[in-house]
Amino acid sequence: MENVIGLAPWLVGFPLLGAAVLLLGGRATDRWGHWLGVAASTAAAVTGFVLLFAMISTPAEERVVDHHLWTWLSAGGLDVDLGVRLDPLSMTFVMLVTFVGTLIHVYSVAYMAHDPHRRRFFAYLNLFVAAMLTLVLADSYLLLFVGWEGVGLASYLLIGFWDHKRPNAVAAKKAFVMNRVGDMGLIAAMALIFANVGSVQFADVLPAAAGELSGVGASTATWTAVALCLLLAACGKSAQFPLQAWLGDAMAGPTPVSALIHAATMVTAGVYLMVRSAPILEAAPTAQLVVVCVGAVTLIFGAVVGCAKDDIKKALAASTMSQIGYMMLAAGLGPVGYGFAIFHLLTHGFFKAGLFLGAGSVMHGMDDEVDMRRFGGLSRFLPVTWITMGLGWLAILGVFPFSGFWSKDGIIETAFVPVDGQPWRAWLFGSVALVGAAITAFYMSRLFFMTFGGQRRWDDDHHPHESPALMTVPMIILAIGSVALGGLLAVGGTFTTWLEPVTGHAEHGEPVIPFWPLVILTHVLVIGAALLAFRQYAVSRVPVTAPRGSLLTRAARRDLFQDATNETLVMLPGQVLTRSLVYGDKAVVDGGWLGLGATVTQVGEKVRGMQNGYARSYAAMILTGVLVIAGVAGIAAAVSQ
Amino acid sequence: MTPGLEVSGGETMLFWVLAPLMVLAALGLLFVRRAVHAAMCLVFVMISLAIMYVAQEAPFLGVVQVVVYTGAVMMLFLFVLMLVGVDASDSLTETIKGQRWIGVLLGLGFAVVLTGVVAQATFQSPVGLESANAVTNPVALARVLFGDYVLAMEAVGVLLVTAATGALVLTHRRQLTTRRTQRTTADARVRALTEGVSLTPLPAPGVYAQNNAMDTPALDPAGRPVPESVPRVLRIRGQERSVTALLDAEAAIVGTDTSGDAVGPPAGLPAGQDPDSTPTLPAREA
Amino acid sequence: MEITNYAVLACILFAIGATTVLLRRNAIVVFMGVELMLNATNLAFVTFARVHGDVTGQVLAFFVMVVAAAEVVVGLAIIVTIFRTRRSASVDDVNLLKG
Repeated sequence: MENVIGLAPWLVGFPLLGAAVLLLGGRATDRWGHWLGVAASTAAAVTGFVLLFAMISTPAEERVVDHHLWTWLSAGGLDVDLGVRLDPLSMTFVMLVTFVGTLIHVYSVAYMAHDPHRRRFFAYLNLFVAAMLTLVLADSYLLLFVGWEGVGLASYLLIGFWDHKRPNAVAAKKAFVMNRVGDMGLIAAMALIFANVGSVQFADVLPAAAGELSGVGASTATWTAVALCLLLAACGKSAQFPLQAWLGDAMAGPTPVSALIHAATMVTAGVYLMVRSAPILEAAPTAQLVVVCVGAVTLIFGAVVGCAKDDIKKALAASTMSQIGYMMLAAGLGPVGYGFAIFHLLTHGFFKAGLFLGAGSVMHGMDDEVDMRRFGGLSRFLPVTWITMGLGWLAILGVFPFSGFWSKDGIIETAFVPVDGQPWRAWLFGSVALVGAAITAFYMSRLFFMTFGGQRRWDDDHHPHESPALMTVPMIILAIGSVALGGLLAVGGTFTTWLEPVTGHAEHGEPVIPFWPLVILTHVLVIGAALLAFRQYAVSRVPVTAPRGSLLTRAARRDLFQDATNETLVMLPGQVLTRSLVYGDKAVVDGGWLGLGATVTQVGEKVRGMQNGYARSYAAMILTGVLVIAGVAGIAAAVSQ
Repeated sequence: MTPGLEVSGGETMLFWVLAPLMVLAALGLLFVRRAVHAAMCLVFVMISLAIMYVAQEAPFLGVVQVVVYTGAVMMLFLFVLMLVGVDASDSLTETIKGQRWIGVLLGLGFAVVLTGVVAQATFQSPVGLESANAVTNPVALARVLFGDYVLAMEAVGVLLVTAATGALVLTHRRQLTTRRTQRTTADARVRALTEGVSLTPLPAPGVYAQNNAMDTPALDPAGRPVPESVPRVLRIRGQERSVTALLDAEAAIVGTDTSGDAVGPPAGLPAGQDPDSTPTLPAREA
Repeated sequence: MEITNYAVLACILFAIGATTVLLRRNAIVVFMGVELMLNATNLAFVTFARVHGDVTGQVLAFFVMVVAAAEVVVGLAIIVTIFRTRRSASVDDVNLLKG
């Protein structure tokens, strides 16, 4: 491990170099720029594999390595070292980001083939990957924050990639601004940590939170505040309630970007932050409960929204929100949950990337049509897409033995384990997770059947066709991952054990519903929901124009009024404030000064008539003044006598 | 009045005689139309003031008043009046709207207020200058002037010199053309010969046996009148008399009718003049 | 007779001088009005010198005379200059400097 740790900075270095060359090289790199992007990402992935094998061959207790690069800044009491922390958690993320990221790069070569700015697109993709790798490899909160902001920047650039269209630019801005809200949380958390621990290095902070360091530490209330600030940051980045509104609009970016954001980078950062800060969460049980609640709310929220969306990408976006909700839920459940959260994140990265790339492939074949009500019966025209998406669909449903089953079922099971001997929490969050799984099954099946099943609803202008190999091969690889990855890593608890150096070993508690009945119950619900969707969207006719629907449907179509809420609660007061300030500035400040000037001018206009050029008039004025003074003096003298 | 100073009966009489006259003269400044008359009024006021100074135990100031004001300042005024025009008088229409009423009102009000203030004020009992003037008034003044006020005295001296220089500069006219010398004048006249200007001095205006006047033109050797001989001012004013008119007048006196004697007005000459005829002036009889 | 009669006379003369300045348009007469005012103050000075038994008042009156002389010289020079250029001695004709 020690002999290859020096490679770790190159994980960031390769894609960063690629981005720099592509951005600085300009048009000169147009012809081969996309392949350079792919190469940079591939190089990172290869480096990742080398490090992975090195780590596997190292004994478990030596797998956490802090590699110091140089002292970044030293200001008063704040010393920040710039370094790399490589442990099973960051290794997992490195593999997910580089591997899935590389597949998406390859896919983009074909998907963006006709875009005049493909080179710039690849530069941003590389930047995105570099920023995400910085985030997961950082050995301090400050360096993590650098990656965090880099991810925000790259997502802004990519969501608004086609910024000549106004909605895209607005969507990019929305994502950026909402992420800033979360960033404030991270900054506040860092400030709190520094104030209480005196360092922002993971190596100092996490043991302090765990109470392993004597003399350093803080009260539970402080750790709760830190954890809540971190949660706010995670909510912003991972599109969790209440900062979820940007995710749907972020679909304005090219589809590979959506895949990258949803599967490998960006939204997973919040979960990473939660798991990385696990000791802090454990030091603050109240915050843990809040994390679970946020996860539960988001998972239902996303699932409900997903049921109503007709835009294939927006349905998938809602699904991501919901799935990340699962991960947050798990992250709030303690040591056992961390494992499943990251495990689900990993499997989700594969099948969600596959689903997004599949959606992109469908759009590619359907001339960028995204309305699922205008799809239907596409399985015949896009067989590869159909099969790969089908496998991804089964995976996200959590059907045995696909990937999703191993991770999601684990979360549901963990949710049913009573925490601190409080069975109500087990029942509540367990039921939420279970219901969420059923709804997930419904909307994903709806998506799948509306696209590939039933009658064709597209008109003759469209000529659906299968995508080129550059696009289908990554989809096939991801589909294989969706099928097999979960099973491979779950058997014998391989993955949980792998993560133990980070999360610590935890005995699996006893769920309130025994394991096998729970699995069967889950499957019954999932398959039932899928059959319901099949009956409604594959067997019976789907209207091309959406029916008005129930109150809930209409609300879900409008994202359960998330934008209206944000606009009313945040935007409107802000606008009113700024408008009143502008008005106040104009009326009071400007008006005051201008009025003063106008008054002086007008008084001057009136008074200047007195200067009539006649010396005798002036003499009269002087005499008047003398008269007044003499009169006053005389009266004063008379009075004083 | 405390027994410090008693105003003598003579002074009282002097005051009551002079004061009304002074006020009248001063009012003259307001009401007379001609500036010269105003100046005369002012001179009267100033001389009266000089007398009052002497009466008020300030003989030196009385003398200075006469010398400086009446002698110098008022003379200067008169000089300037001559320069500007003796008979220059104001037109009576007021140019500034309401100025007349404002002026009258302010003047009256001012007089009332000042008088009121003076009447209201309590003065100490007058001391008189007998002790101060013990060394004679000019000496007493000189002691204060060259003692306490020597600096002010010098400053005032500088001021006077500056004022004199300033007046010189203000009234000085720049030499815009070359200076006219006797030679240039002579040369100019010779050069102007071609334009019909005579080189010699003009003849004096007419001198006749009976009528010797500036307003009658001289006669050239041919007996024709020379209009240029009459002073320019008279010509411009139209006060010149033609030869014929003169002869007529003479005839009227003498009783001889000369108008018929082949004296007809030739063409090109002013009416009533006959250049060809030699106006034979009749011998004076008795 | 009270000695303040002189002061009252000075007030009246001063008021008449001031009124002259206000009402007359001939610059020379206006100037005479100014002179009248100066003379009135001189009378007051001399009178109060007598009241206080101190010749300083007379000294000040002397200064006033000197300054008045200087002022007259310059003032009349200005009048002459103006008359040369504008052929007028009226103070109302010099009214170009106005708002």
